[in-house]
Amino acid sequence: MALLQIAEPGQAQAPHQHRLSAGIDLGTTNSLVATVRSGQAETLPDQQGRHLLPSVVRYLQSGIQVGHEAKQSEVDDPLNTISSAKRLIGRGVDDIKTLGSQLPYHFVDQQSSVPRIKTEAGDISPVEVSAEVLRQLSERAEGTLGGPLEGVVITVPAYFDEAQRQATKDAAKLAGLHVLRLLNEPTAAAVAYGLDKGAEGVHAIYDLGGGTFDISILRLNKGVFEVLATGGDSALGGDDFDRCVAEWIMQQAGLDENVSHGMVKRLMHAACQAKEALTQAEQTEIEVAIDPDNSWQGSLSREQFNTLVNPLVTKSLMACRRTLRDSGVSVDEVQEVVMVGGSTRVPRVREKVGELFNTEPLVDIDPDRVVAVGAAIQADILVGNKPGDEMLLLDVIPLSLGIETMGGLSEKLISRNTTIPVARAQEFTTFKDGQSAIAIHVVQGERELVADCRSLARFELRGIPSMVAGAARIRVTFAVDADGLLSVSAIETSSGVQANIEVKPSYGLTDQEIETMLRDSIAHADEDKQARSLREQQVEAERVIEALQAALAEDGERLLDAAERQQVDVALETLRSVSKEGDQAQIKNQIAELEKSCGFYVERRMNQSIQQAMSGHSVDEFDK
Amino acid sequence: MGITITEAAAQRVQNFLANRGKGIGIRLGVRTSGCSGMAYEMEFVDEIHEDDQVFEARGVKVIIDEKSLVYLDGTEVDYAREGLNEGFKFNNPNASGECGCGESFTV
Repeated sequence: MALLQIAEPGQAQAPHQHRLSAGIDLGTTNSLVATVRSGQAETLPDQQGRHLLPSVVRYLQSGIQVGHEAKQSEVDDPLNTISSAKRLIGRGVDDIKTLGSQLPYHFVDQQSSVPRIKTEAGDISPVEVSAEVLRQLSERAEGTLGGPLEGVVITVPAYFDEAQRQATKDAAKLAGLHVLRLLNEPTAAAVAYGLDKGAEGVHAIYDLGGGTFDISILRLNKGVFEVLATGGDSALGGDDFDRCVAEWIMQQAGLDENVSHGMVKRLMHAACQAKEALTQAEQTEIEVAIDPDNSWQGSLSREQFNTLVNPLVTKSLMACRRTLRDSGVSVDEVQEVVMVGGSTRVPRVREKVGELFNTEPLVDIDPDRVVAVGAAIQADILVGNKPGDEMLLLDVIPLSLGIETMGGLSEKLISRNTTIPVARAQEFTTFKDGQSAIAIHVVQGERELVADCRSLARFELRGIPSMVAGAARIRVTFAVDADGLLSVSAIETSSGVQANIEVKPSYGLTDQEIETMLRDSIAHADEDKQARSLREQQVEAERVIEALQAALAEDGERLLDAAERQQVDVALETLRSVSKEGDQAQIKNQIAELEKSCGFYVERRMNQSIQQAMSGHSVDEFDK
Repeated sequence: MGITITEAAAQRVQNFLANRGKGIGIRLGVRTSGCSGMAYEMEFVDEIHEDDQVFEARGVKVIIDEKSLVYLDGTEVDYAREGLNEGFKFNNPNASGECGCGESFTV
């Protein structure tokens, strides 16, 4: 018979109606899958009892290897073994130029916006690599649960932008999975500890993994986790701890820096073992073979280890302080600190983090699995296994979404930290007479100038009927679904012509750049405001020039003599050059100046149009 | 007769209850549905009802309502591992047939 799980009172489901779901932590180095069974969220092991699946895929002519098997070939067959898909997913060819130089792969030189890696089995995109990892995990979950998955929740870093989220979702689709929701990793960790059911307040998620460090400050407000700030160090992690210890061994053993590649591997391995042993023990013995006849033996105490890694711990704490400052909350306001990532097992890390936040960090759930566990809890609720009154966790938009308006300014339609799903609309209009199309440029970021934001998509609304400038009513709607994915539509309301787009991966920014985007917006707030008002003034000047030129073309010949025409042209030219110089006050003055000096012409045009309107009618008619 | 529980199953139930933080025991039940007529149910118990029978075996309280007991009397509850999957298994002497998937049975 089928194997049964225990349900909550009154919630046992009829046979064949179990809704199976899973939470997936799709990591840079390792991935995990978890599910809720008998009221408990647990990560699922494979046949060999291993919970972690290396996020590595090897592409061979004979087939595809995923996980442990693929990881073993990383050194021997680096070109066909793809291990950093998460760093590449949702990125464009431009990013790869900078990122790619650090990676061993051959990128295919092609015009497509999505980078592809050349392997024995053909050209592969990062989305396909992630899809293989997801497929492997979902097969494990289906094998364990004994049926197909109804849906999954996949976690992504809080700083992932729209394109990276969309690409992650595409990978899931490719793996045949229904994505219930993409969830921010720090939010998932908070959910695992049930912080979403607690009182409203601020929490910090300290995530120290193998190679990266992330700190996120979250605020729980009306059942919604807002990401107040994210920060970290993309080159700080457990590997650095190992390196510290390895260097110490080399010093003690009298080895110089010119050791063989194999020796370095042995040293790192011994260092890692020592680090892990010191999590429990106060002292550990280390033995490393130096050559076939000799080996070095020594012992390392917890205290010595602490001294060695102290600079690294301090580095992470500095990032915490910076991020706290960005978030605008003080240390005292932080209620709970959740520890995520294997390196938070190091007692020194726990101790120092506890000291900084003045609270005992939460460590009860395995820090390697806590994100997957939180995702599984969310998946269980979203798939409908919990009664209706269970609070449904909402997520927020990490960076504001807007469109480019005249002058290269970003007009924000949805501001950051808005809860999703959400839809917002705003009306825009045309700039020129008879303008028949409008280019819609979707951007993401906090900065005022489009040049400082990330470009997400561009599309055009064509077929706008001929109207004078400012008469068309173009309604632009931004809709973000529960996964944080954006679709934009534009409609000219009088004619009904419309166009729309879904944001797809195009090109973007590096990790570091995305992380610093928020910080920049605060640092450059004043500067941005000035830049904005300057651009607005410049747009106004352009509009005046545009209008005047249109008038001149229409009746300049008739209404102005040569001298007058020259006066107008000079004023026009002056405004044009002043506008280029970029002094806001001067442009404003010059616009006023132009209006004054050309006042007679405007008056003449007015009189003329009145005359035209009245010609053929008697004055009496107008009296009535 | 009554209900028995294997050591492996008892330990699992105790673990689940401890992790859940509350609950008296587990409820076994039968409901009419599924492709073979009847289906087993297993739930945590927070309160005992009037028509409930309580069996205690290996430190675990097993609670069954009278109607379900008719179909379950003599059942042994076991905990088993099948491939990647693990869960509870009912060895029910009353059952005469199971549906293909094993989620439901006939008497």
